Amino acid sequence: MTTVRAPGVWKRSANLRVGFLYLLPSIILFSVFLFYPMIRTIYLSFFLTDQNGNAAVNVGFENYSYLLTSPAFLNSMKATGLFVLYTVPIGIILALFFALLANEKLKGIGFFRTMYSSTMGISVAASSVIWLFLFHPSVGLFNRILLAINLPQIQWLLDPEWALVSIAISTIWMNTGFSFLILLGGLQNIDEHLYESSRIDGAGYFYRLRRITIPMLSPTLFFIITISLINAFQTFGQIDILTKGGPSQSTNLIVYSIYREAFINYQFGTASAQAVILFIIILVVTVLQFKLLEKKVHYQ
Amino acid sequence: MKRVELIDVSKSYDKQVDVISNIDVTIEPGEFFVLVGPSGCGKSTMLRMIAGLEEITGGVLEIGGKRANHLSPDKRDLSMVFQNYALYPHLTVGQNITFGLDVKKVKKTVQMERAKEVAEMLGLTDYLKRKPRELSGGQRQRVALARAIVSEAPICLMDEPLSNLDAKLRAHMRTEIRRIQRKLGITMIYVTHDQVEAMTMGDRIMILHDGKIQQVGKPIDIYNYPANPFVASFIGAPPMNISPARMEPSKSGIFIEDTIHVSMNEAQSIASSARSLLAGIRPEHIKPVITGAEEGNKIQVDVTNVEILGNETVFSFQVGQREWMAKWSGQWDMAIGDKVPILLGSEYFCVFDEETGELIRKPEGLEHLSIAKEVSI
Amino acid sequence: MRDSTLKKVWIYFLLIVTSVMVFFPVLYAFMISFMSGPEILQGKFFPESFKFDNYLKVFDRLPLVKYLLNSFIVSLTVMVGQLAVCSLAAYAFVFIPFKGRDFVFFIFISTMMIPWEATMIPNFFTIQKLDWLNTYQGMSLPFFALAFGTFLLRQHFKTIPKELQEASQIAGLSRFAFFWKVILPVSKTSLVTLGAYGFLTTWNMYLWPLLITTNSSVRTVQIGLKQLQSQEMSTDWGVVMAGVIVVIIPTLLLLFIGQKQLQKGLSQGALK
Ligand SMILES: Nc1ncnc2c1ncn2[C@@H]1O[C@H](COP(=O)(O)OP(=O)(O)OP(=O)(O)O)[C@@H](O)[C@H]1O
Ligand SMILES: [Mg+2]
Repeated sequence: MTTVRAPGVWKRSANLRVGFLYLLPSIILFSVFLFYPMIRTIYLSFFLTDQNGNAAVNVGFENYSYLLTSPAFLNSMKATGLFVLYTVPIGIILALFFALLANEKLKGIGFFRTMYSSTMGISVAASSVIWLFLFHPSVGLFNRILLAINLPQIQWLLDPEWALVSIAISTIWMNTGFSFLILLGGLQNIDEHLYESSRIDGAGYFYRLRRITIPMLSPTLFFIITISLINAFQTFGQIDILTKGGPSQSTNLIVYSIYREAFINYQFGTASAQAVILFIIILVVTVLQFKLLEKKVHYQ
Repeated sequence: MKRVELIDVSKSYDKQVDVISNIDVTIEPGEFFVLVGPSGCGKSTMLRMIAGLEEITGGVLEIGGKRANHLSPDKRDLSMVFQNYALYPHLTVGQNITFGLDVKKVKKTVQMERAKEVAEMLGLTDYLKRKPRELSGGQRQRVALARAIVSEAPICLMDEPLSNLDAKLRAHMRTEIRRIQRKLGITMIYVTHDQVEAMTMGDRIMILHDGKIQQVGKPIDIYNYPANPFVASFIGAPPMNISPARMEPSKSGIFIEDTIHVSMNEAQSIASSARSLLAGIRPEHIKPVITGAEEGNKIQVDVTNVEILGNETVFSFQVGQREWMAKWSGQWDMAIGDKVPILLGSEYFCVFDEETGELIRKPEGLEHLSIAKEVSI
Repeated sequence: MRDSTLKKVWIYFLLIVTSVMVFFPVLYAFMISFMSGPEILQGKFFPESFKFDNYLKVFDRLPLVKYLLNSFIVSLTVMVGQLAVCSLAAYAFVFIPFKGRDFVFFIFISTMMIPWEATMIPNFFTIQKLDWLNTYQGMSLPFFALAFGTFLLRQHFKTIPKELQEASQIAGLSRFAFFWKVILPVSKTSLVTLGAYGFLTTWNMYLWPLLITTNSSVRTVQIGLKQLQSQEMSTDWGVVMAGVIVVIIPTLLLLFIGQKQLQKGLSQGALK
């Protein structure tokens, strides 16, 4: 065999170098604004800090043990858990219902699709302000309706019993747009022939829904469930505008709690510990999600 | 017009198994060279090594007498047409054709001129403003061709360019490509898995199997004198009938599948002793017995299948373990189960050494059939 | 035949009722934005007349034009930045084979698991140390790299036949030229999707601007809304709603125009 002088290491690694160059912006940005701060957050969670967020006293796991025994934090965790429970299932079922309706081939369906997806174009701040008005104790629409049908009025945002539910209702509304859009896209990716052949077999609507639509949609559903879960844990804007965590801490969801601890109380150590806990929760939830659901998801 | 020379070229993707090995071949300037072989045999790999899209892991590639192993694709002075055409979907036909010229900073006026000329040659003038997705498969194919021609590269590589077209269009494009190649005198290296394409287009063909060269030569020579059983059964349709055979003790002929005796006068020279052999005969060389007076080995066979293809009749019959086929011109009235007398002319038989695959006896007396042959493949 | 007509009527009924319910809050806000204080107290749905008094007032009370401009600048910057950074990365992940590429990609994807809020404290201090509080770069730069965007574009790039790259190689196109002249134009649709998504999410961003804007120099409309709402608490809902309408109009328009595109593009990213 004729020997060929192999090109040098420099030349052979050309792809590696060029590839790295193209990835460089992402790598730098991720390092500065994601990896470094994540590590720094973990680091700070073991310290008491000064006003400028510098580590002052190493307290080991004390921040964590403090948090896990603090009624305020436990309350915040409970509120977060409840909030997720209130918003995610209902939100997705509602969006799925809308998507199924909007997937019918009818005249003017484009108009309805636009209506359903509209909330995606409305910011959390704007939505919150609108809902603040709807929930208003005297001029708000809901209480007017209750009054009109002779029911006792509700202090939607001021009653600790109701505040979290109210926030959940407004959040479901805010999120339907995005979930709807994704689910509709998923529905439209399903091969039309599947329906045609099942129609020939004489399958009814709900049979088709159960045996074709849902299984074929499962990857999209899986995606939107994951995203919705993560989003629910990250809720902030509506709390800040609607209730500021009140009344009596009943809507102090975890991100709001982090925000207050860090930027109002300047307790960056405990705030970081909370942030780490948030990170762990999201990690566990997504991993569990993948483990539990991936088996059932039907990928084409 | 450049020569392309491969000297002991080999290729492996994982540094262990060679997918191509010991390729030694010279493609002459202006030649239409066809690379043919079954799927996965390494045709594309070899072509892509010539193009510089794939690294050569062993041996030397010379283009125009210069070593080109590590030359980048654009420095090799060649053009390439891909199976899926690889047209830029966002550019118009005109822009697609001039794309390469634009990259090479050819003047706009010259670009236009050359594009117009090539478009005319390929009948694309009316489509220059369209996007590729607004064209039919055949038109896209022609755009891809135009793109290769317009570059005026002395070497053109094509990887199964016609396999996405329907049969009729394919036949038309075959002659079209051949005509253009002759006209421009470019060196063409053409990959196909279709032996009809190989036979009809190539000045020379190279048959590849498992990454190894099986045979290189003119289409007719390969058809007549296949170098080994693989080539014999790969080229020609229906394929050559091949069965195990052995030398008769008296050396006056051979026994095929222990059932058919074929006498051969020069049998002595074929095999020294009890080597196992393979005997092969093309279906069209199995002749009907009509008058009863024909010379040669006459036998009776039971027809197991018949296909009448309009102008010819193909039927099969059992020879020992194998099913053989015969092809007769004309429409023959026969049915499954019929007994048919056939004539096995000993001069038509190829004999291979079973172990090495080597052709040890060439068929004879084929010259006078050369006119009929190329039609009947 | 009658069966299917009945079904159609049912579906239209459901479509109309539910979509009106979904859109009602926005419509209501729109109506309120034309009402005076007493009208709102009466609890009417339609205003007496469509006067723009409240709109004039809201532009008077807040530097809303400035905020709108800021929102535009920040959203456009993030959009362009994300498109550039993500498309470069996605290009490398599809068209430049190198050792360890899959591993790097895995790292990229796993960044999706890190909630942004878990990193905001150090990020705030980083921006503070860089002296980037109240600057456009402080508002936008942290959001340029986006795993989701890279993933979305990679999905699309993977559908581009690799022969296109080989044909360009033979034509003598450099790697960057291939990216610029072929890949980007060919991927226009998914770039538009990602661009619209980036613009929308940035326009609607709340927590980060809240943290790093302390004056009106780069403050966005979302924070403006918060200001407006806390100023006007018990009084002038008409003015507040006028502000809301002004803020949502750009994104609603963008959504209405790009709804189809977004729905197609985003669901592509959702499927592996
Ligand atoms: N990138 C690769 N990595 C590893 N093995 C490869 C790669 N590309 C091709 N091969 C292997 O090399 C062999 C030859 O492939 P090649 O594509 O050259 O076949 P081919 O003759 O062109 O077949 P076809 O007619 O189907 O196109 C095959 O066995 C294939 O599996
Ligand atoms: Mg191939």
